[in-house]
Amino acid sequence: MPSRSPQSARRSARTLAVLPPAALALLALVGCHRDMYDQPRLEPLEKNAFFDDGRSSRPLVEGVVEYGAISPDSVILTGKVNGQLTDELPPELKLDAVLLKRGEQRFNIFCSNCHGRSGDGDGMIVLRGYRKPPTYHSERLRGTPIGHFFDVATNGFGVMPSYASQIPVDDRWAIAAYIRALQLTQYAKVDDLSDAERQQLETQPTAATPTPSAP
Amino acid sequence: MPQIFHPSMNTISRASIFGAAFILAGVGGFIWLIFRSSYTTQVGVVRPQPVEFSHEHHVSGLGIDCRYCHTSVETSSFAGIPPTATCMTCHSQIWTDSPKLEVVRASYRTGESIPWTRVHDLPDFAYFDHSIHVAKGVGCVSCHGRVDEMPLMWRAKTLHMEWCVDCHRNPEPHIRPRDKVFSMEPLPAPPAPERDAEPGASNVAIDLMQAHQIASETNCSVCHH
Repeated sequence: MPSRSPQSARRSARTLAVLPPAALALLALVGCHRDMYDQPRLEPLEKNAFFDDGRSSRPLVEGVVEYGAISPDSVILTGKVNGQLTDELPPELKLDAVLLKRGEQRFNIFCSNCHGRSGDGDGMIVLRGYRKPPTYHSERLRGTPIGHFFDVATNGFGVMPSYASQIPVDDRWAIAAYIRALQLTQYAKVDDLSDAERQQLETQPTAATPTPSAP
Repeated sequence: MPQIFHPSMNTISRASIFGAAFILAGVGGFIWLIFRSSYTTQVGVVRPQPVEFSHEHHVSGLGIDCRYCHTSVETSSFAGIPPTATCMTCHSQIWTDSPKLEVVRASYRTGESIPWTRVHDLPDFAYFDHSIHVAKGVGCVSCHGRVDEMPLMWRAKTLHMEWCVDCHRNPEPHIRPRDKVFSMEPLPAPPAPERDAEPGASNVAIDLMQAHQIASETNCSVCHH
């Protein structure tokens, strides 16, 4: 190396010799620190040794009432007025298409597994061996006040467990309203139709009830 | 002054500089492979669980909606792991003497939690919220894969930041109509010519983007705050 001094050559040789181990050492450092990944805060349901049962998400103390909560005896939380099942929606809720749509959706998520999508009580879980619930389309359940369906969803009935922790209050009412609509699908009277609807039914009988095909 | 290095050192030094580049690239490539492998990302790796719970059976076999168990997915950042009581809504009557479910029954008797192993865990510096993604029409299947075809649970995607950002830059292919968010079925692909149709023409994905008011969110503080 005629153009470079021996010192500089020695220096670059030394640099070259140091570089790969230094690079490796740097790489080895990568990923060693997990403290940003697992910060000293708790994610929902994360395990925590501080409590004897290991739960960081603490169960509510028995009998606790949410601050500002409505009275636990109100009709929207019990489905009852003076101990009697109510036959109408609580005043906080409005019966409209939105409520019924919501009820349909929630019914299909939480109830149809056993009660079936049409409410006959032949859902998939029943086909797999769960005790068959009664059909909604019986004289008895058609005559039952709407509060009954809310009460059953809230507290359970027979083998059916409470769904209070899975379905919020408003959704339970929406489901109860939808059950009423389901009952109507199987038991609507022609007299209940408006004149226009009845006329439509009479002029287009085949659209509503398909005629059996000729043999 | 005498020469320190033998003239052959010229060749050796050139060769070793040249070789070092390959060695460094090799080491770098190897580390990259490790980081991308399922060993690190856990993609496709079944995690051992205290109960051999099959999503395949419960979702595609029985048709139970995701939200029956993951009740808080629409309202909270956390989708929710069901309490043992949810298992017992059915298993108090069904498979009551199955040894596979003894852990569940024991948990119900004693009130102790079942120590499920978390499969999808983001680093704590990334804040993910289920409810907003569901509300905007991102399907479960986009991140969790075909859960209805998983007999045991595994991670379908890397959960790398790159993967998050890919969708945040271009959400269109992952946006579903709201009533299809919890469906595992793939979206029907829009007809090919539609994508290059003249301006103003209807495009299902773009219509959904507008209807759900979706903007591409790529600011760092959207996830890191």
